[in-house]
Order: sequence, then C-alpha cells, then structure tokens
Amino acid sequence: MTTLTVDGVGVTLLERPVVDDVSLSVPAGTWVTLVGPNGAGKSTLLRAVSGAVDHVGVIAFDGVEVARLRSRERARLVAVVPQDPARPDGMTVLDYVLLGRTPYVPYLGTESAEDLAVAGELLDTLELRSLSDRMVTELSGGEFQRAVLARALAQQAPVLLLDEPTSSLDLGHAQQVLELVDELRGSRGLTVVSALHDLTTAGQFADHLVLLVDGRVVAQGSAQEVLTEELIRKHYGARVRVVTDPEGGVVVVPLRSRPAGGGRDVGGVA
Amino acid sequence: MSRAGGTEQDTATATLRAVRLPRRWLFGSLAVLLAAVLLGLTVGPAGLPLRGVVTEIVNLLPGVDLAGGLDDRQAAVLWQLRAPRVVLGLLVGAMLALAGAGYQGVFRNPLADPYLLGVAAGAGLGATFAIVSGGNRLLLPLAAFTGGLLGVAATYALGRSVGGRSTNSLILAGVAVAAFLAAVQTFVTQRNSESLREVYGWILGRLLTAGWGEVLTVLPYIAVSAIVILGHRRLLDVLSVGPDEAGTLGVPASRVRLVVVLAATLGTAAAVSVSGLIGFVGIVVPHIVRMLAGSSYRIVLPLAVVVGATFLVVADLVARTVVSPGELPVGVVTAFVGAPFFTLVLRSARRPW
Repeated sequence: MTTLTVDGVGVTLLERPVVDDVSLSVPAGTWVTLVGPNGAGKSTLLRAVSGAVDHVGVIAFDGVEVARLRSRERARLVAVVPQDPARPDGMTVLDYVLLGRTPYVPYLGTESAEDLAVAGELLDTLELRSLSDRMVTELSGGEFQRAVLARALAQQAPVLLLDEPTSSLDLGHAQQVLELVDELRGSRGLTVVSALHDLTTAGQFADHLVLLVDGRVVAQGSAQEVLTEELIRKHYGARVRVVTDPEGGVVVVPLRSRPAGGGRDVGGVA
Repeated sequence: MSRAGGTEQDTATATLRAVRLPRRWLFGSLAVLLAAVLLGLTVGPAGLPLRGVVTEIVNLLPGVDLAGGLDDRQAAVLWQLRAPRVVLGLLVGAMLALAGAGYQGVFRNPLADPYLLGVAAGAGLGATFAIVSGGNRLLLPLAAFTGGLLGVAATYALGRSVGGRSTNSLILAGVAVAAFLAAVQTFVTQRNSESLREVYGWILGRLLTAGWGEVLTVLPYIAVSAIVILGHRRLLDVLSVGPDEAGTLGVPASRVRLVVVLAATLGTAAAVSVSGLIGFVGIVVPHIVRMLAGSSYRIVLPLAVVVGATFLVVADLVARTVVSPGELPVGVVTAFVGAPFFTLVLRSARRPW
C-alpha cells in the first residue's frame, strides 16, 4: 500500500507549461481519476508521475521522490498502462507479459522461475493462458489490452497508472477491464491513478475525481461534486444532463445544443 | 501475491518458457558452420585432404596425437595460410552480422546496418590516407580503425548538436558525415590515381592475411564487442516497445542505446580495419535469421553470429576459387550471392516485411 503525493507539480514541454502547479494526494488503495478536455495535461501529469518527463515540484511515493529513484526502482513502484501501447513484432503474449518483470531481471540477465510463475499467474487472472503462445500482433483489441494490463501487473508495483485504458475498447470490454482493475485494487491494495475521457465511467470507478483544465486543477472531489452540469459546460463547452442513477452513481448524458430542425423547442428532452 | 492452489499452479507454469534460441536452430546452424569451416580449410589452390585436416585439428587437443596428419608442407599451408584466413572470415562475418542486428535493435529500424553511423566512410578515408601515403602496410588497419571511430564520433557530435537524443537526427547526421567523408576520400583517391586500384580493392573488401597477425589484432575488440551486444539481447527485446514504454519498465533506453552502439561501432571498426568494407552481411544476415527463426533478439543475436560467420567463410571460399589463381573481392561475392538469396527468403517469408 503506497500513498502518492503530488505537490506543486509543473511540467513544461517545448517551452509551454502543460501542467501547472498541480497538487493532489492519492491515499493508499484508492482510485483517483483525472478528467478534463483534450490537452488539459492529464497524460502529461501521468507521465510525470511515472518519471517519463521532467517536472518541478514534488512527486513522491510514501515520501520517496520519484525524481530520486533509479529507473529500475521506479518501475518496481509504478506500473503504467499506456494510452497507445506498441505491439512489438514477433513477440508472444507470454514474452510480452514477462517484459513487466524487467525491473526484477538482473541487467544482462534472464527471467527466473519466479518471474515465470508471476507471469503464469497473471495469464490465468486475465484469462490469457490459452493465448500465451500467440503473437501480440495477432490479438484483438480487447485481448491485447488485457495483455498490457498483465504486463503492468507483472511489475508488482503498488501504484498503477492507467492512461485512457479503454480508448480502443468497446463498451463491454471497457467495463471488463475497469472492473478487473477495481477488483485487483481491492485484492492487492493497489493505488490507482487513471485518465479517462468518459465522464460517466470516470465517476463510476473513481473514489476521487480531479478536473484538469489547461494544466491546472479546477475542481476535485467526489463524482457528485466534480461532474456538475455547470462545470462541464464551462470547461468542456458541452451541454450535458447529469442524472443521479438509483444506485448512487452519476450519469453524464450529452445533449444536443440545437435541435436538428432549428428553432424547435428542446422541451422534449427536458 | 496470492499463491492459491500451489501445486496446480506449479504444474501449469512448468510449461511456460521465456523465448530463447531453439536448440534445433543452434545445433543446425553450428553444423553448417562446421561444414563451411572444413570446406574453407580444405579447398584452395593446393587442395588438402579432409581427413588430414580433421586429424590436425583434433591433434590440437591437449594429450591427443593421432597419426595420419598432414605432411609438413601441407601443415604449413593449413596453419599459415588457410586457417588464419578462415578464422578471420569467421570473426569478421560474425561481427558484422551481430553489429547490424544490434544497430537494428537500438534504432528500431530494419534498414540500419553496421556502417550506418559513418564507420565505413571514416574507415575508408583512413585506409585511403594510409595507402596513398605509401607508408608501412601494417599501419593500414590502424588508420582504418581510427578513421572509423572518428567518423562515428563526428556523427554523434553532429546528431547531438541538432537533435538531442532523437534517433532520427543521429541517423541523418550519419548520412551527412558519410557523404562528406566519402567526398574527401574520393578527392584524395583522384589526386593519387596510381593508388586507385589498391584503394578500390580495399573498399570492396577482402580477407587478406599474413599469418595470424590480423586475427590476433582484431580478436580482443571483436570479443568484447560481441559479449556486450549479446549481453543486451533481452534489453533489446524490451526496447522493441519503444523508448517511453521501456522507460516505464525500468530500462533507460538512451543508455542501452549508447552502450550497444559503442560496442557495435568498436567491433565494426576492428572488422573493417582488416577486411575493408564488406557489404551486405550486416543487413542481410539478421533479416534472414529473423525471417527464418523469429524476431526476438534472444534468437536473432546468437544466430546472427553463427550465420554471419558461415556466410562470410563461404563467400570468401567462392571469392578465392572461382577465378583461381586470381581472387574476387569478397564484398562482390557477398552481394552477388547474398542479394538473390535475400530475395528468395523475402519471397518465401509468410508476411511482407
């Protein structure tokens, strides 16, 4: 169980501030989701947390600053499911999952029996066992996404970062993957930070939402607090209806700003 | 991690195995290499009996002294002429193929070859200076080696100054440096046309040996280079997901790239210094291996060593026998034999590259 602290963090890319003075705290074992319009800095903030881009301010895991960690140590603390992972040519699903063991394999060394055991267990958990000899280039989108998740979990890192993990998945597969992450968060005590486009999904799967706009935090809190019609109109320029569903979640329904015929009343939806 | 159902889990994982060079490929390729070496040792202007050659080799083992070896004249041909040349072919072929595969891995570019970053042009210029200055012949390898390293250093400096760590800027810098050095080299050659033939012969590549000197000169460099590159075989597989993802997996891509490029450059410069610019091996052998046996670097690198060595030993055998008593530049043979063979493998590969 690891707590993630982000304090006064800024990232500048090509002389443009992409993330600006962001502070948030992710208690161990919770799921925080970053939402915000395109270009808000969600992916960049995740990249800073994973150590992939330089930042100012403090990003720390249980008080240990990410900038001070060597890449192997960092990879044992934070695992990443990238937005658009590469599919290497001629690599089997098993070998792909074993890539996640890299921070434990000695430099210039090779996988141990324990690494194989970890990978094997994950192949079972993610229902990939029967595909273990298949090439990753031959997998469907949903199968590959599970393989990417298995690779990240093979790092056995207490913090899991998910950058739009469902962008290439249909509704059913998207739900499956997110449910699985939630289950694993429960069973392994993972601390999860994700960036999600779909606001309804974001509200359903996060303990805490952070709304980023132009690199700054403009709102954070529960789904009810962040996913309001007003905030969404203001920052996304979108007209939505926010409905509280009977089970307590929040559903964000996009509305068309003008009816197709023009001039007709929108009363039908109201 | 939970270890529920321990024994069941164990039997299931017992069948899992990380990628590695399949034994049949290892032993198969070694058998072909052995045949190529024996052929290379026995065939030549003065043919040697296979049985005698094998006996001589077995007699190298400590405490073994079989009868039926070669007579003194034949033994001298074997140990002073044939063996050094065959061994040099082994080393150079293995090194060029391995360096090519290494460059392709770190640059994630199938067109990368051992001469990518200006080694060839630099070595060519160095060798040209050594030839036209008419100095000691023994200085030629040293001049070529130094020129090759300087060529790569220039490429690195230029690439850094224009594009930081981007691989494309490095490759483009290599193109610029190579073009510049080649222009200088052509100019120097033109001004010294009496050396044209010799410079040209060197550029086309040849394995000329006088005893074991060349072998002993390049062996340490090639050994170190090969050990370093082969040691990175798993890390090159990790790099195949790209530098960003490799970073999140705990592999600093730029450092791996630097180490592999340095090792490959050192080995290539050493090989080029004694063999000239033998083309085709470094790009074709890794691809043939990849298409036949698999694209993991844990397969490609070790197999490229064996196949590269075999390829050059056979090519050199052809180079020194087809127009006997004359010789063809071995670089001509590698391209002449390699190009059609490569096309054949490309056509029969299951998928387009």
